[in-house]
Amino acid sequence: MSTTALDVARIQADFPILRREVRGRRLVYLDSASSAQKPQAVLDAMDRVYRESYANVHRGVYTIAEEATTLFEAARAKVARFVGAREAREIVFTRNATEAINLVAYSWARANLRPGDAIVLSLLEHHANVVPWHILREERGIEIRWIPLTADQRLDLSDLDRLLDGAAMLGVTAMSNVTGTIVDVARLAAAARAAGAHVLVDACQAVPQMPVDVTAWDADFVAFSSHKLLGPAGIGALWARAELLEAMPPFMGGGEMIRDVTTDGFLTNDIPWKFEAGTPAIAEAVGMGAAVDYLDAIGMDAVRAHERELTRYALDVLTDRFGDRLRVFGPAGADDRGGVVSFLFDDIHAHDVSQVADEEGICVRAGHHCAKPLMRELGVPATTRASFGVYNDRADVDALVAALTKVEDFFSI
Amino acid sequence: MSGLQDLYREIILDHYRAPRNRGELPVPPAHKVEGFNPLCGDEVILYLEVEDGMVVDVRTSGQGCSISQASTSMMSAAIKGKPVAEVATLIRAFKALMSIHESKLEGADGSDGSDAGGTDLAGVRLGDLEALQGVVKFPVRIKCATLAWNVLQQGLDETAV
Repeated sequence: MSTTALDVARIQADFPILRREVRGRRLVYLDSASSAQKPQAVLDAMDRVYRESYANVHRGVYTIAEEATTLFEAARAKVARFVGAREAREIVFTRNATEAINLVAYSWARANLRPGDAIVLSLLEHHANVVPWHILREERGIEIRWIPLTADQRLDLSDLDRLLDGAAMLGVTAMSNVTGTIVDVARLAAAARAAGAHVLVDACQAVPQMPVDVTAWDADFVAFSSHKLLGPAGIGALWARAELLEAMPPFMGGGEMIRDVTTDGFLTNDIPWKFEAGTPAIAEAVGMGAAVDYLDAIGMDAVRAHERELTRYALDVLTDRFGDRLRVFGPAGADDRGGVVSFLFDDIHAHDVSQVADEEGICVRAGHHCAKPLMRELGVPATTRASFGVYNDRADVDALVAALTKVEDFFSI
Repeated sequence: MSGLQDLYREIILDHYRAPRNRGELPVPPAHKVEGFNPLCGDEVILYLEVEDGMVVDVRTSGQGCSISQASTSMMSAAIKGKPVAEVATLIRAFKALMSIHESKLEGADGSDGSDAGGTDLAGVRLGDLEALQGVVKFPVRIKCATLAWNVLQQGLDETAV
């Protein structure tokens, strides 16, 4: 029942949580777009830090402090290489992608945007790439322009030049967490750059699912998290071009981010530490490094092929089984969508679907997926969403279809 | 699906499929009040016509899951034509039904919950509404069931001013 791109049975064996049962049934985890499960290699790497080498980083001169610092900075280098950064110092560790975007909003944007300046966002954006800009609008009086969507929830770029005209920044997701729509970031970035706008990419969904090369994208800022990337929660990253980071004012003040402090003021540390005030999530950074090692070993081209195949299969079987009774959102083909499928029965609320699925041991998300502007665009209050990771296979999709059949029976009028 | 049968009793599904008192009332004399569950998108809108201390008429609209909409429907049927004081007691009795008592969770035996809420509520008859008690076993759904009642409370508070 496996797809062909990956040896899923072998991968499943790497994820301890997949051995547990829920309500006497095999756990079928279809919520990786929300947060992914963790392989043993990540758990071991974090455990090893605490058992063998834990100390604060960049402070002590004793042996285990050196070891912890080396592990922490090695993780940064791994993450940098994984996303195609030219240098490790272009990776700033943050709490998560939300904090990475807020770092851009609080540091770069507040230093560079003035009342009346415009930024361009898409209607696919997660709240993390919407609300920081609403806050800035209220504070600074900036203008937010929205890239509209086509009927199948791709970006409608027919008016892009006008939207970008005079804009200071484009903020766009590389892949929707609701519809799975894959955005042509390189094309958008080129258009934005031609218009003189900076480019911020929310790559939370893209980095775990496909090869990402931030340098090839030619963006300015790219935010992503560890917890969707098979790594631990509590750490994420902002990639930004070194010269931008050099020019930006610090985000938060505290230890680590300074070179000197006197009673009169302070001098900032070099990048990336200038943006890493306070003791960081040390074991989590190491865990994130182990997660990208794990994905590197599988190969991101294979991961993307797996996601595409499984999504194609899911779209096919859902349409076959439920036809017009089930609305499936997003692009019809799997070539330009990632492993996310949002759907809705006409007369059955997403929460009721998710509840019945849980009874079968199936974890699917119900709600607005932190994308209420998109929900309004779809004209629905909520959807049910199944999303796929490297450990999912066709048997998981089949289990979902069986559960949805029960949902229909249960709530049939 | 025994757990599900506890949550989705037939009477609940009946109210979900055929909600009572759906519609709107002219404002004024009716008072309009609405509420949302931001996490799941449940929406309840109530039109309350209160006259001389009586809820003389009620209509509901909005959208959401079966639990939120069935609770809204059952509530509307339970309060229509009732004195405001009696409705206030009903709200408290329903909230008590929906509150999680530690002893109950530990027992997890689904006892009928008639002990809920203390002595002053002992005589309150919840009728069909007791079907919603199974929701307590699904803690994330409690807010679905209580949304309409919070909106009702807000509406009564506003009309009392």
